[in-house]
Amino acid sequence: MTEFLQQLLNGLSLGAIYALIALGYTMVYGVLRFINFAHSDVFMVGAFIGYFAGQHLPHDSVLGGIVALAAAMAGCAVLGILIERVVYRPLRGGPTLNVLITAIGMSLFLEYTGQLVFGATPRPFPSIIPARMISVHGLVISMNQLIVIIVAVLLMVALELAVYRTKIGTAMRAVALNPRAAQLVGINIDVVISFTFGLGSALAGAGGVLYALNYPSIDPLMGVVPGLKAFVAAVLGGVGNIPGAALGALILGMTETFIDGSRWSTYKDAIAFAILIAILLFRPAGLLGRYTTEKV
Amino acid sequence: MAAATQFSMFRTLRHTLAAVMTAAAVTAAGRAQEAVKIGEYASLTGKEAAFGQSSHKGTLLAIEELNAKGGVLGRQIELVTDDNQSKQGESATIVKKLISREKVVAILGEVASMRSLEAAPICQAYRVPMISPSSTYPKVTEIGNYIFRVCFTDRFQGHVLAKVGKDTLRIRRVALLTSVSSAYSVGLAAYFKEQFAADGGQVVIEQKYTEGSKDFDAQLTAIKAAGVEGIFVPGYYTEAALICRQARELGITVPLFGGDGWEAPELVDIGGAAVEGCYYTTHYSPQVDSPVVKAFVAKFQARYKGETPDAMAALGYDSAGVMVDAIRRAGSTDGPAIRAALEATQSYEGVTGRTAMDRQRNASKAAFVIMVKDGHFTFVQSISPQSIAP
Amino acid sequence: MKTAPKPLLALVATVLLAFGVSQVSDRIDPYYLDVMIGVGINVILAVSLNLVNGYTGQFSLGHAGFMSVGAYLSAAVTLLLGPRLLGEEGGSALQQGLLFLAALAMGGCGAALAGLAVGIPSFRLKGDYLALVTLGFGEIIRVIFQNVEALGGALGLNGIPNYTNVFWVYGFAALTVFTVVCLVRSTYGRGFLATQDDEIAAEAVGIDTTRYKIVAFVVGAFFAGVAGGLYGHFKLTITPTGFDFTKSIEIVVMVILGGMGNTPGVILAAILLTVLPEMLRAVEQYRMVLYSLLLIVLMLVRPKGLFNFDFTAVAARLRWKYLAARK
Repeated sequence: MTEFLQQLLNGLSLGAIYALIALGYTMVYGVLRFINFAHSDVFMVGAFIGYFAGQHLPHDSVLGGIVALAAAMAGCAVLGILIERVVYRPLRGGPTLNVLITAIGMSLFLEYTGQLVFGATPRPFPSIIPARMISVHGLVISMNQLIVIIVAVLLMVALELAVYRTKIGTAMRAVALNPRAAQLVGINIDVVISFTFGLGSALAGAGGVLYALNYPSIDPLMGVVPGLKAFVAAVLGGVGNIPGAALGALILGMTETFIDGSRWSTYKDAIAFAILIAILLFRPAGLLGRYTTEKV
Repeated sequence: MAAATQFSMFRTLRHTLAAVMTAAAVTAAGRAQEAVKIGEYASLTGKEAAFGQSSHKGTLLAIEELNAKGGVLGRQIELVTDDNQSKQGESATIVKKLISREKVVAILGEVASMRSLEAAPICQAYRVPMISPSSTYPKVTEIGNYIFRVCFTDRFQGHVLAKVGKDTLRIRRVALLTSVSSAYSVGLAAYFKEQFAADGGQVVIEQKYTEGSKDFDAQLTAIKAAGVEGIFVPGYYTEAALICRQARELGITVPLFGGDGWEAPELVDIGGAAVEGCYYTTHYSPQVDSPVVKAFVAKFQARYKGETPDAMAALGYDSAGVMVDAIRRAGSTDGPAIRAALEATQSYEGVTGRTAMDRQRNASKAAFVIMVKDGHFTFVQSISPQSIAP
Repeated sequence: MKTAPKPLLALVATVLLAFGVSQVSDRIDPYYLDVMIGVGINVILAVSLNLVNGYTGQFSLGHAGFMSVGAYLSAAVTLLLGPRLLGEEGGSALQQGLLFLAALAMGGCGAALAGLAVGIPSFRLKGDYLALVTLGFGEIIRVIFQNVEALGGALGLNGIPNYTNVFWVYGFAALTVFTVVCLVRSTYGRGFLATQDDEIAAEAVGIDTTRYKIVAFVVGAFFAGVAGGLYGHFKLTITPTGFDFTKSIEIVVMVILGGMGNTPGVILAAILLTVLPEMLRAVEQYRMVLYSLLLIVLMLVRPKGLFNFDFTAVAARLRWKYLAARK
């Protein structure tokens, strides 16, 4: 029983990290209808920003942790907005295939430049937040895991509030529904899209730091696999749907953890893709998504 | 009139002398330019750059030292190195290029068994002797009689680690956490299991992971529930460090141990306090109290800005040394001659111990058991092949 | 887009030429031979991917997965069945050749089956989703091969017999180009292009886009499998991790550089992107960075591809200039 509960907790923590990345994917897809392949590498950049921030911050202090998180979020927001402005905006309105290829190119560029600059060997992430273990009835919870879950939940709540209670959030939803109509009622699409990218990237950056706190070994290719899994989570929950992304991430995190502890642990990566294919075949709108008919 | 004739005679003499001297100089220069070329293929960039760079530094140091002492067969040695970026498929092309374009007489490489297996058939087909510095997978030297290695094999290492488990850690019930992504890990696990069971121990639970994974909580939780006295992790330091951390975080207090893939400074950087008291085996230790090792460490530190050589560097150094020694004994740069000389290597004293080639062209060497103490790799003991012979 | 006016003639000519070259291949420097064979294999990969990505507009990122299926299956045939069929001495050249042909065919068919597996669900998948599914598929294949001990597991297979030579590679390269060109000029080609242009409109006029997508995937995968088999018997060692996403991307870059749907352009791009990295080995570590920049810049500046020009028009203009100069 203890083992089961422990695995449950592990799955929750993993799911929380996937959720943070998945939210960025789902928001950008909702607004622009394309998969931002470079998102997983923004996640990686966030971890590296946290790494460098951590060199100058006192270890094991909560304030240090908050500063590193804020720095990563800000840095990634800027990066996301920059990428959109320079690379994606000129291709808006063209065939989506071109943007997709560009996104892949951007993703590879970040990864391989990272390898060139930082080297491919993993670096140890500094322990910015005090690492403590709490033991409850044989269950072991690490401080880092708890922080990941709490911060992820807080950020998701903040995102929901931003999207449903603020003006820019309403604008985002309008653009997601119908960009041309949104323009007609006076919404500045460029600003909204930049904001969406910035927000999504900030969340990815936060995810990067939290991930690195939990698994303190960072390298330029660290975002590839979590990014793909997070995308699967977003599709599972319904792309464009924020609570859906969180739900999808949770389910994926749990499933993966239980498979990991079983006989088929080495098929773990394949399972995520199998889920993707299954969902796209049998319920393409995702668990919480709605079917949208494509109008011509 | 006499003065003019004398003058022209003198001029002719001068010209002849100049011509003879020039010819002599050119021949001498020509001979000096004919360097003995040795090729090296290594992973200088990419995922395994740490190992490749280390090995290359050792090899380069050896070649520079040998050149300072006059080279071999009266000629200087030129080391031609090519980078395979840790990728599949590159080593084959590089080795072909080294053999056919650069006309190397011998090949050194590689650290990773998978890439050695890729290049070995080519060296064998072109009859160019190849020495792998640190590929431990047994099959590498089985490719052909031109393929050698200067390190021990995983068969030996697995047996040594079983002994470490039984005698040093004194455990009977062990968990196995293997990487399925590398032949090295799978092979080492199998040999360990074989010997451990033969010695009366029991592998209670086996878990697997893939390289690149960061999360081992699931596997470790299952291991914790099985109640073992130790965990054997025959993988690379990149995952081993995280595994130790997460094990400690989950409240697992039993020791973890592994093989030569653990050796890298990042093991302590990433693992931190979690790797204290953990053991691993490797090919050499800079702390061994021998003049040869101490001299090597000093030279390496002088050449490479204070960096202490690790096992990969030491083996790279010895692989070059053994190869050049064989060329010297062969008396020529002819492939078959060097090969025969390599096969006859019985007592080359290197920094990783005495290298003697056995019938399978593997070096019969001692394994060094290392423990992590106060964040440093501390030498515990060396276990020779004779002490665990059946 | 016009290529050779008489494809069958070109095919036969190329095969004969390839055979001729392979007979004298002992006199060619092994390294240059290595590069030539590499070029040929990449041509097969690029042209077969072009059928899926370029003509049919289905963005596939898992081509290396099909390649690996072909590589493993053909290697399994030659390694396991070879000794039994050919006996101890290894058989005559003709026997070896037949075995190799059979192995390649089986590898291709296996890959084609995999292509079918991807093509069938494709009716539900568009654009980005399809790209991701093909990527995932490539990864699933890798994971499977890593776990199957009979095929070597993580170590993969080595000691594969060295059957690949210029004849086989260029013979199959010619066959691939021939097949793709013929397909594209037939009604299938119309179907592919219709699917690419506007799937909904195509369906509306009664074109079964799913069928064309499946055909594209299956044919593309078949040749990728053959290329994989040729690769395996060339490098003599194959591992699951060697056929990963990076390999797929390298092929994608060739297709995009050459111009999607432009077979001659893609062939040129394949040649360029095989030879150039060999010449620039010194700056090898920048290769992927340059490739990724190339993708971005190409999409921003010249999405049709670098070599996407009308070859017959260029040829006509050159001929005109030559005739004018002769006067």
